[in-house]
Amino acid sequence: MKKTVLIILFSFFYSFLFSNYNKKISEYNLYVGNPKDLVTSPEFTTYELITPLFTDYAYKHRAIFIPEGEKIIYKEKEVLEFPIGTIISKTFYYPSDFNKSNSDINLMETRILIHENSGWVALPYIWDEEQKEAYLEITGGNKNAFWIDKNNNYQSIDYIIPNMNQCKGCHVNSGFLKPIGPTARQLNRNDNKNKNQLLFWQELGIIENLPDYDLIPKIAKWNDSKLYNVNDRARAWLDINCAHCHNVNGPANNTGLFLDFYETNLKSLGVYKTPVAAGRGSGHLKYDIVPGKPDESILVYRFESTDPGIMMPELGRSMVHQEGLDLIKEWIQNLD
Amino acid sequence: MSIVKWRLILYIFAGLLFSDQNIYKDIQEKLILAKSGDTIYLPKGKSFISRSLWGDNLKNVSIVGYGVDSTILNFDRQIEGAEGIKITNSSNITLKDFTIENSKGDLIKVEDTDGIKFINLKAQWTGGPKETNGSYGLYPVKSKNVFIDNCVAIGASDAGIYVGQSQNIIVKNSEAFHNVAGIEIENSTFADVFSNYAHDNTGGILIFDLPDLPVKKGGKVRVFNNEVINNNISNFAPEGNIVAKVPAGTGIMILAASNVEIFDNIISNNKTANTSIVSYFITEEEISDSLYYPYPNTIYLYDNSYFREKQFPAFSFSQPIGFLLAYNFWRDIPDIIYDGIVDSDLISNGILNDKYKICIQNNKNGDFVNLDAGNNFNEMSHDLNVHDCSHPKLKPVIVLP
Repeated sequence: MKKTVLIILFSFFYSFLFSNYNKKISEYNLYVGNPKDLVTSPEFTTYELITPLFTDYAYKHRAIFIPEGEKIIYKEKEVLEFPIGTIISKTFYYPSDFNKSNSDINLMETRILIHENSGWVALPYIWDEEQKEAYLEITGGNKNAFWIDKNNNYQSIDYIIPNMNQCKGCHVNSGFLKPIGPTARQLNRNDNKNKNQLLFWQELGIIENLPDYDLIPKIAKWNDSKLYNVNDRARAWLDINCAHCHNVNGPANNTGLFLDFYETNLKSLGVYKTPVAAGRGSGHLKYDIVPGKPDESILVYRFESTDPGIMMPELGRSMVHQEGLDLIKEWIQNLD
Repeated sequence: MSIVKWRLILYIFAGLLFSDQNIYKDIQEKLILAKSGDTIYLPKGKSFISRSLWGDNLKNVSIVGYGVDSTILNFDRQIEGAEGIKITNSSNITLKDFTIENSKGDLIKVEDTDGIKFINLKAQWTGGPKETNGSYGLYPVKSKNVFIDNCVAIGASDAGIYVGQSQNIIVKNSEAFHNVAGIEIENSTFADVFSNYAHDNTGGILIFDLPDLPVKKGGKVRVFNNEVINNNISNFAPEGNIVAKVPAGTGIMILAASNVEIFDNIISNNKTANTSIVSYFITEEEISDSLYYPYPNTIYLYDNSYFREKQFPAFSFSQPIGFLLAYNFWRDIPDIIYDGIVDSDLISNGILNDKYKICIQNNKNGDFVNLDAGNNFNEMSHDLNVHDCSHPKLKPVIVLP
């Protein structure tokens, strides 16, 4: 009984503290109509990344809201600079059959990033069983996810939704929370209307200082082997999956392993680099990367694992990204 | 049976079924909502927690249990997260009076935090020393003002108490056993390690400076009044980790760290090297970090009491030093082992600048060997006269509240 009282008191306290934040996703006016249709309201602009982060094969629907009259400031290397009041949303979902474009979808969660005066805030919302509404859940949660994959195999996992601090854990850079994905190199692609996203944003008047198109960097599409070589694709995959922590200012800088797009020092990239705090993550292997020998490379060992004490990234997946793993293996095989 | 009793039983069963998720949620929620000055109480009894607990950007917050025997956070059923508890970007945090055990990765990791106190904690893997145990028990890294008092660390497959890339550190009154490294201070500056009991690890107390890290140089470390005994268990660290190179039977080891003062310790029956002072070259790893300094300089080892029963060193092909020692000394291995590799830049006219010397004075029963490892062990020497010197004593560390 006592516990119930405590819980009620706590909920009260909680709602007081978080009264500033929307409890429900519908309050953002993000989607119009049935949320499952993923049609954004005119206030939001959808966008896609060239090479997205792997999250247990979940599909992601991204959108951004820029306050009226405000502008994004272009940055060549870092994440674009978004004005105060910006809202970025990312909805995670699974089509019931990956091979059918019109199959029913299952909404999992929507993560919201809000740029407030005091900095960015990350908020996780979990979709309800009816798929009509998502509710703020600061401690995250878990939800069954199931789908038929590209090879026609049935998949079912306990999908884990991060808590607020875990959101920060990935999004922190030099001690400040920041978006990860929307860099110029990731946004430099065409949208579903065949328009370059950055140029379209310029047309909309929501970005300034955009240089000549030729000067905008572009990251490789990790799974497009026709257009990009294996090195560029592997570096793209490492950049989005690892570099948010493994960069000079990131939370994993204590390891000295830097996997970001612009890193050029081979040792920092892991080549013949001994691990620092890998513990059993080393898997009896001596170096992060042994050129020509993926099976002797710690990187591969940790991407292959789903043990929370071994796997990399540490969070955000319970499955192996087989296609990404194959790419990294191929890359290491070809290094010399 | 009365209906009240039935209801009670129902509650207990419901509690057992749902406890995991609820306790996790409850503590995690408090960690997210905590305000400056808050104390978060951990529940009495053994709580099974399935996800990593994470506190970020906390100020003046205490996380407190009801004692190491009364509050136990158990992570046997962990499905997510690379540590039991993680604290990041915070200041003035106290963790006190609880046991934390069996997480999949590290037990308590604290990163980028100024002011972290670990008081009266037990951090353990309960299945004995095993390579499948997580890496670090208590793991402050890139932090300042680190205070560890009256803690116990057991079973880490790397280091029980590990302080890395930090400044202003006190580790005292603590016990470490069944770890690969009992207590390790790595690339850290201004550390006092005293009145600890490091026993039955692979290595008791390690002071290391390693390459390829953002914080390049540690030093100004004092190790005193510790008991470092019987650190002879086989090395069970997964290969690839630097501690996997530590030979079983290591008492106190200085690897490439400078300005280290070791005194008033009881160092006993660590069968391979009661104390070793070595450069990074002994690891036989290539150094490509141009900012890294691989030599141990300005070491002052004095007033320690040594004891060593006549016995063979540990033999292992992974750390072959034991074979070399047994070949040369049979069962009577010197207590203090120095690799003898000196930075030639510090030598002028054949003499090493006094400032940088390895000084060894007044150790009880501490016999010595310079292995001359740089010259293929050709001219080993037991001559302590060249090491009969002293350095100005380091000031006590002050950890800011």
